[in-house]
Amino acid sequence: MGLYASSPRRRIAAAMTLVALLALPWLMQSLDQGFYVSLASRVLIFALAATSLNLVIGFGGMISFGHAAFFGAGAYTVAILAESGVVSAALAWPLALAVAALLALLIGAISLRTRGVYFIMITLAFAQMVFYLVVSLKSWGGDDGLLLLRRSTFGSLDLKDDTTFYFVVLATLALVLLALDRLAHSRFGRVIQSIRENETRMEALGYPVFSYKLVCFVIGGALAGLAGALLVNQSGLASPNLLHWMQSGTLMVMIVIGGVGSVFGGVVGAVLLLLCEEFFVEISPHWQIGLGLLLLAVVLWAPLGIAGLFGWGRSRE
Amino acid sequence: MTQLILEQALNGLQFGLMLFLLAAGLTLVFGIMDMINLAHGSLYMVGAYLAAAVTQASGSFMVGIGTAMLVTALLGALLEVSLLRRLYARDHLAQVLATFALILIANEVVRMIWGAQPMLLNAPEALSGPVSLAGFFYPAYRLLLIGVGVLVAGLLYLLVSHTRLGMWVRAGASNREMTEALGVNVRLLFTAVFAAGAALCALAGAMLGPLLAVQVGMGESILILAFVVIVIGGIGSIRGALVGSLMVGLVDTLGRAALPSLLREFLSPEVASSLGPALASILIYVLMAAILFWRPEGLFPARG
Amino acid sequence: MRPTKCLFALATLLLLGTSVHAAEASRTSVKVGFLSTLSGPGAGLGIDIRDGFNLAVKQLNGKLGGLPAEVIVVDDQQKPEVAQQVAEKFMKKDKVDFMTGIVFSNIMLAVGQPVFDNKTFYISANAGPSQYAGEQCNPYFFNVAWQNDNLHEAVGKYVMDKGFKNVVLVAPNYPGGKDAMVGFKRFYKGKVSEEIYTKLGQLDYAAELAQIRSLKPDAVFFFLPGGMGINFVKQFVAAGLSSDTQLFAPGFSADEDVIKAVGAPMLGMFNSSHWAHDMENAENKRFVADFQKEYGRLPSLYASQGYDAAFLIDGAVRDVKGRLDDKEALRKALEAKHFKSVRGDFKFNRNHYPVQNYYLRVIGRDAQGRITNKTMGTVFTNHADAYVAQCKMK
Repeated sequence: MGLYASSPRRRIAAAMTLVALLALPWLMQSLDQGFYVSLASRVLIFALAATSLNLVIGFGGMISFGHAAFFGAGAYTVAILAESGVVSAALAWPLALAVAALLALLIGAISLRTRGVYFIMITLAFAQMVFYLVVSLKSWGGDDGLLLLRRSTFGSLDLKDDTTFYFVVLATLALVLLALDRLAHSRFGRVIQSIRENETRMEALGYPVFSYKLVCFVIGGALAGLAGALLVNQSGLASPNLLHWMQSGTLMVMIVIGGVGSVFGGVVGAVLLLLCEEFFVEISPHWQIGLGLLLLAVVLWAPLGIAGLFGWGRSRE
Repeated sequence: MTQLILEQALNGLQFGLMLFLLAAGLTLVFGIMDMINLAHGSLYMVGAYLAAAVTQASGSFMVGIGTAMLVTALLGALLEVSLLRRLYARDHLAQVLATFALILIANEVVRMIWGAQPMLLNAPEALSGPVSLAGFFYPAYRLLLIGVGVLVAGLLYLLVSHTRLGMWVRAGASNREMTEALGVNVRLLFTAVFAAGAALCALAGAMLGPLLAVQVGMGESILILAFVVIVIGGIGSIRGALVGSLMVGLVDTLGRAALPSLLREFLSPEVASSLGPALASILIYVLMAAILFWRPEGLFPARG
Repeated sequence: MRPTKCLFALATLLLLGTSVHAAEASRTSVKVGFLSTLSGPGAGLGIDIRDGFNLAVKQLNGKLGGLPAEVIVVDDQQKPEVAQQVAEKFMKKDKVDFMTGIVFSNIMLAVGQPVFDNKTFYISANAGPSQYAGEQCNPYFFNVAWQNDNLHEAVGKYVMDKGFKNVVLVAPNYPGGKDAMVGFKRFYKGKVSEEIYTKLGQLDYAAELAQIRSLKPDAVFFFLPGGMGINFVKQFVAAGLSSDTQLFAPGFSADEDVIKAVGAPMLGMFNSSHWAHDMENAENKRFVADFQKEYGRLPSLYASQGYDAAFLIDGAVRDVKGRLDDKEALRKALEAKHFKSVRGDFKFNRNHYPVQNYYLRVIGRDAQGRITNKTMGTVFTNHADAYVAQCKMK
């Protein structure tokens, strides 16, 4: 099973990327371009969110169209806790993860009874419920969202400092990627991938298919919640737009551009999409036409995404 | 009080029938071709913009609607032949993403042509006032929308259940391979159905334009509602789309009107006023999830 | 905007890095980050503010306070999180000296604190949330328009004075909408049979109109800026409610942008404003004439606010002789208000909100037969906002 195959070449590439990312704040600060450190944090947070969706779609084969619900749940948990005085990251972030996981458990347990397009539609419906619930609850800020005026505190680390925050985000993402790589090669990983390839066979072999899929769905939701917790710290606002179905769509776009089912697919997609947005928006306000065409091209001619083009993607034996 | 309920029910009916115009095309495309088309909302937007532009240029609302329907149908057919056809055999993820890409492209193209500000589309002068209806006033234009909705629903019913074309469509929705084997030109049929669906989108966009606003992004919010409708009604079923539309329209409108005051009977005013709108706005999604839970194929499954 | 910057990224960044450090004393140019709603249903407001601001800069030969002005215009799409990202870019990348342009109070509140923390002056040409007038008042926030409640207070007083007894209030569910209701009720003491909050950006008011019909009020006060107000008035008339119920609105919902879209149904509607295009003073006459020449339409109050914001910056930059890094001096110069407003005179209060007159206007036909606003009389003279007492700023 070479799905998440790692070769020495890829290890070297990953290590080099990590070194470059570690050096980025120092480079930007010396150029007096602190803005890019903040932008990089944002990109890495979206990379984490996309990676979490990639676990569900690419790895578990469940086309969830409601992933934004978990992303937003994490963000709102941190913002709501901050409103009531809980600002410690050690408490708020795991709670955000737990809330998102619980929501995923609830939504997954019901949605996974359906199949195919009905699964897509029911996850969408649940995400819409969460969206409208949050928008109409005035105590959670309604349409305006909830402001997080101060970043979470984390022991002696000063998260208010953009560089420190960036390193925390980078460390989180690296740990998650490492863990997912482990997961892919574990027994669980092999089973869930076999389920994706042939669900009926795995069922016939006596595997509890439903439970495996649910666990995978919940892990994906929980990681999205973690990404949401980081994002609200980066931007300072838990906005209902984080929960909007277009957000779910954008995360999907990221993993498809990056490469569905490859470890780095989510990261590649998020980096590409957000950096393109950052730079092309200054060239033309209509840059989204380009994005649309790129996406069409990827879907039609490169279904394995950018990662697939470079052979980093899944290889079937 | 009865007058208020009656007026809200008419509002719900009007909303539901307009949803039906969108859902009818969507459910056929979905049912026959097994294709998730997120760009359906973009056809609705394009139709509304065309109607507004042509109405402004020609001065006639009727000419605007006619042109919009015709051009949008052509655009739909073009889209089907050039792109969507290649997606029928692909998985749902590919369909979702390709049509999501179409949304991005359509939004930007519309913004390039017509600008980022909403466009004005006014109802004909004669319809801009109220009419007296059994003792109370109701906007004439909303009555027209109800009339058009009922007319289209009736025509579609006749077309689908009493003509040869309709028979092919129904056959295609319930078993595509069998229909093909019986010698029906399914490719042509697909293109025709898609074009007709696009024309209905344009009709809905043009009719709702004066009531709402012709603006970029108008398709996204209504698209999800149309999906809710067809999932409730059963994918591929016109009858299901009609029932689903009316259910969604009435539940949504009456829920918003009645839930807050209903809750006030049981709960404290503060709790009721914050909980009421929240519950009202998720009512239709709860309805959809419940129906999917108990009847996973919707109320009127097209596939036997 | 600056495509070359992307191409020569590294080289330019290096240059920028050194140039920022070099320019401590007196600046050779002034940078303004103009963040506003330029797309969607609220776009008309942002576009008017932008056009007013740009007109002023043009009249000043592309300069503000004698220094060449660079105005970076970006659309916030009426989304707080988009606005936040743009603001961050303005502060950390473009390193602007001033920010202005925001239309909606929810966006202002989402963006404000980081901007103040960064010691960047924000000149509000529209949004005037109560928070920034009271407890959260800030040395870096100036408002050249009004506090959100003010225009509503003026309508409230007029409705009270005219003897209306039963009023329904309609406003969007966001900070500006809540301020509007509070402001109206501060001076209207009669019966309010219902306060209806709608979704910000809502376009179909069928349910609300049915509710109003069943309540049978003698007047409706609504605050629905931009496209929302256009639809509300049209649907109100279409539902046949206009025959028994008098409509009142603040100037926002009855200005030239709304009149242009709705037309004749607006005739006879009363509204309040701190400015009107028929005001008799030299600055206003020049503004209205040049605006019409430049853009081919009558200016709205939003345009007048954008215009005034540019002149406030101009006067202050001139006063500190380009020493934009001396924040304390710049603040004093802004407080002193070295310019003549098109609304006649006004002063900044302790909380940096204006103390000014408010007028009543009615929509009618002017000499050329155009449907437009006419000033009727003064409702408040030298009126301050209700929150200044809570402001601790010295």
